[in-house]
Amino acid sequence: MAGMDHAPPPFFKRGPAPLALLTFYIAVSLAIFVVDLRFKSLELLRQSIALVVDPVQRVAQTPGSLVDYAGQYLQGMRSLQVENDELKHAKLTTAPDLQRLAQLEAENTRLRKLLDVKEREKANGQVAQIMYTARDPFSRKVIVDKGQQADIAAGLPAIDEAGVVGQVTRVFPFSAEITLITDKDQVVPVQVVRTGQRSVVFGLGNGQLELRYMPANADIQVGDLLVTSGLDDIYLPGFPVAKVINIERDSAYSFARVFCVPIAGVENFGEVMILAPRQARPERPPESAGRAAPNDGQRVKKKRMTKN
Amino acid sequence: MQPTFSSSRILLPVRPWFIFLSLIAAAVLNFLPTAHWPGMPDWVALVLCFWSVREFRRVGMGWGFVLGLLMDVADGAVLGQHCFAYVLLAYTASSLSRRILWFPLAQQALQIMPLLVGTQIIQVLMRLAVGADFPGWGYFIGPFVATLLWIPATFILLLPQYRPVEQDPNRPI
Repeated sequence: MAGMDHAPPPFFKRGPAPLALLTFYIAVSLAIFVVDLRFKSLELLRQSIALVVDPVQRVAQTPGSLVDYAGQYLQGMRSLQVENDELKHAKLTTAPDLQRLAQLEAENTRLRKLLDVKEREKANGQVAQIMYTARDPFSRKVIVDKGQQADIAAGLPAIDEAGVVGQVTRVFPFSAEITLITDKDQVVPVQVVRTGQRSVVFGLGNGQLELRYMPANADIQVGDLLVTSGLDDIYLPGFPVAKVINIERDSAYSFARVFCVPIAGVENFGEVMILAPRQARPERPPESAGRAAPNDGQRVKKKRMTKN
Repeated sequence: MQPTFSSSRILLPVRPWFIFLSLIAAAVLNFLPTAHWPGMPDWVALVLCFWSVREFRRVGMGWGFVLGLLMDVADGAVLGQHCFAYVLLAYTASSLSRRILWFPLAQQALQIMPLLVGTQIIQVLMRLAVGADFPGWGYFIGPFVATLLWIPATFILLLPQYRPVEQDPNRPI
């Protein structure tokens, strides 16, 4: 580093020495890196910068979307007609189920009322268009065109026509960032449809998911469907998440390695539906109450024993 | 200033607005959908490196920091990741500038290569250290493509500074 004139002549004022500036900038960079990662308290800074960057990014994406649009336009009437026919056909095949759905839902609510079970929550939300995937190669995220202005909040789940796509992780004024379920260590609580067994599925980062902490002898087969279990305050129960494609059972480990692929078109571009937040669930009973109960039972038993 | 120190051709002084414009243009190039293609260079790193070498009194770590913040927000990366890498890039590029400019263009590119590759390696290390996924070796093709682009980039970015070929003998500069 001897080449650069690091020490300016004293009669020219050039600000602090490069090494001092370097130390300063590196300290600041590392500080915001750690704060952003561990404490997540820089969202305001991020949002204010995004306010400037976001319009530029949208403009930069325009040529690409124009090309897409032109391609679709030139595809012509014929493919549109074919698609239209297919959609009509699909609509007809699902019609018997759909037409009776309203009646089934009504019946379900009535029965639930009879049984005194809490009513099943209805899913509603708003459709958002995926604009582009985030450039960060280390994670799997997409940006959609609705944000704080459309009452999108961090934590809301996003689905497409087949199943769960991901979860909103950051919200900007006019856009939101959805972390896909295939992102590394993105977690979805699920249930195996065939057996009803509950578990948690983790993203692997390579487009697949892994069902962790399943015992080596667990009843799970290739082809099993996993749906959301609803045991959290985020995902409603019953949305398809993934399908099991490969199981490695090694007796050396206590857990089986279960690999799945997402059912939704997670890596596709298109539209997603961002679901409205779930209704607040009743508070958990305090921890100590659960532990105290068996003791009381024992005491009762003992008393009975002494009486006998 | 000359295109290289060994050249006898003298350049016009640089216009500050052109530096600003080229840095913004590089950021927009990074925002294009082409950024997802394999082997796409990090345009901001390339242009920042270029100006840090040529005009280290005007462009340096401050610009690196600001552009880093912009790229972090635009990428959805962790804040500070690009800042750190770009600040280091600007510092090393400006401290090597007096040496690099003595070489012909192809050899300049060879000396720039470790800086650009280092920028990428620093970012990978930062993210791997906090538990991100390895993005694959395709991520490291970008800096090598950027190295090849050093020669056309030098030509394009110095274009406004070249003097016209026909000169008035009464006004040599």
